[in-house]
Amino acid sequence: MSAPPVAAEPQVAVKKAKKKVKVVSRQQLSFGQRLRRDWPLLLMCFPAMALLLVFHYIPALGNIIAFQDYNPFVGDNPLEAFLYSEWIGFGNFEYLFKTSAFWDSVITTLSITAFQLVFYFPIPIALAVLLNSVLSPRIRSLVQSVVYLPHFFSWVLVVSLFQMMLGGAGLLAQTLRQAGYTPPEIMTNPDTFMFLITSQAIWKDAGWGMIVFLAALAAIDPSLYEAAAADGAGRWRRMWHITLPGLRSVIVLLLILRLGDALNVGFEQFVLQREMVGREAAEVVDTYVYYQGIAVQQWGVGAAAGLFKAAVGILLIVGANKLAHRFGEQGIYSKR
Amino acid sequence: MSADTVVRPRRNTLRPVWEEQPSLLGQFGKGTILTLVVAVVVVPLWVVVVTSLSSEKTINDAGGYVFLPREFNPSAYVVIFSGGQITDAILVSTIVTLAGTALSLVVTVLAAYGLSRPGTLGHRPILFYFLLTFLIYPGMIPSYLVVTGLGLKDNLLSLILPTAISAFNLVVLRAFFMSIPGELYDSARMDGAGELRILTRIVLPLSKAVTAVVGLFYAVGYWNAFFNAILYIDRNDLQPVQRVLQQFILAGQSPASSGASVAIPGLGSTVPPSLAIKMAVVVVTVVPALIIYPFVQRHFTKGVIIGAVKG
Repeated sequence: MSAPPVAAEPQVAVKKAKKKVKVVSRQQLSFGQRLRRDWPLLLMCFPAMALLLVFHYIPALGNIIAFQDYNPFVGDNPLEAFLYSEWIGFGNFEYLFKTSAFWDSVITTLSITAFQLVFYFPIPIALAVLLNSVLSPRIRSLVQSVVYLPHFFSWVLVVSLFQMMLGGAGLLAQTLRQAGYTPPEIMTNPDTFMFLITSQAIWKDAGWGMIVFLAALAAIDPSLYEAAAADGAGRWRRMWHITLPGLRSVIVLLLILRLGDALNVGFEQFVLQREMVGREAAEVVDTYVYYQGIAVQQWGVGAAAGLFKAAVGILLIVGANKLAHRFGEQGIYSKR
Repeated sequence: MSADTVVRPRRNTLRPVWEEQPSLLGQFGKGTILTLVVAVVVVPLWVVVVTSLSSEKTINDAGGYVFLPREFNPSAYVVIFSGGQITDAILVSTIVTLAGTALSLVVTVLAAYGLSRPGTLGHRPILFYFLLTFLIYPGMIPSYLVVTGLGLKDNLLSLILPTAISAFNLVVLRAFFMSIPGELYDSARMDGAGELRILTRIVLPLSKAVTAVVGLFYAVGYWNAFFNAILYIDRNDLQPVQRVLQQFILAGQSPASSGASVAIPGLGSTVPPSLAIKMAVVVVTVVPALIIYPFVQRHFTKGVIIGAVKG
């Protein structure tokens, strides 16, 4: 009986000793010694760092042109153009905030986010709970493989498939026409555009969104269910008192992330359909940036709109995280 | 009696003992919903594939899209692979995807390994440098100016380099590398292996699954590249598949009539491409994902959850 503890103790001691020795030796090393030891590892990080510097951080710094009347023709390259362009302070922002088209795009974006929070957000949760209640592993994995798949399709393909199924010459219209009905306009109707893009988003990503919830469900201790059942809780009460609380922290986390992304509803989906439904319905902040900046070549205004979006995004995510802490959840980072 | 003993053990492995019998209505409801969900994904793909393999006559008889297959007619595929804009696009996308995925994987694996040993000189600030990309992101306009300023307009590198590294994938790989027991590293070092040899001989073979998932994520990104192509690629012969799909299906433009492109052999330059050819293009844009997917799919949960939990 007493043998196992005796055997375990020396092992623990050895482990502790080992760790201590390591830490001490590391602290004693000088900078040069550490450099000599670690330079291969540092070198390995270098290509990735260089790529991010050129294609991420330099463009991020380039947002400064939001405060310029950027003119690409005053120099031979963008850098010279940047150096010689005129500084105008908040001029671009003033212009932006006076433009109704910009505010329209902000309002469209926010209403799409709100709409999707109500009609899209719960679907992966419901799907995960439903799938988790299916007991046959074979059916479960079959359904999973099928619903994950559209996540790997491009937006062009998703919109094309919708066009082919629901568009004016699509399968639905074709069937209705053969049956003698007039097919409704689905792909080009600005009034129902919100439903259309939400159903596209659901088709593409609801299955994939389920993955996190399934993982959280798998982590729930089955004995909780057993105990609840022993106390007489039926199927629905178990779902209400065990399954959903088990998902709570994941739900809060994803809600925060969604709120932080409130101005980020996706770009390709809207560029692709802007022509079909008209500008009023499909202009989001991202497409506004694109058309102002690159198509109309008002670089400074476009950059200002992009910077505004990024700044609001950071504020939203920090605010939402604070809110999560108030509700006693962990959020993205714990407050400490 | 004997039938009972055969059935029971199987049932017990599926359903916990304390669970009550499922109601008939519940079973039926679940079955219906799941069938619907699966059908919503599968039916459009099915229709596209069947139509792409149909002849002009079958398509006309059906009045458009074909639901029930009546023949196997690969002529649409012969047409799109025998030269012209679509063949070019397929080539471009294949090259971008292969080269890009290779570059991304090498760079990400190296960096993830370099950061996987806590206590390395400067490893905290470097990690912070990578993580900061989640919060600070480059605007569309400055990115455009930088890429064009580097002279990458109408260069396939513009479809590769800006998206070559994703900090998310880096974090996923790093988390997995860190979960490999330190004793393995130590023993390899005792045997005189350098860092690169440890990476290729010990770490990578142990993390095939995660690396495959990350590779799939990168490959899908490159294959689906659409927006960067709008921004940076003007030349017709350098357009990737997604752009052709857009011009073809959504803008309703026929590749035969679009300026510099070569007429499709066997159709003549004035004949608009038939529905079967359009559908064949759609199939071509889906197929690569369908091919890699089954090999990688079983690792998804593992890869994604490591990233989500330890990130």
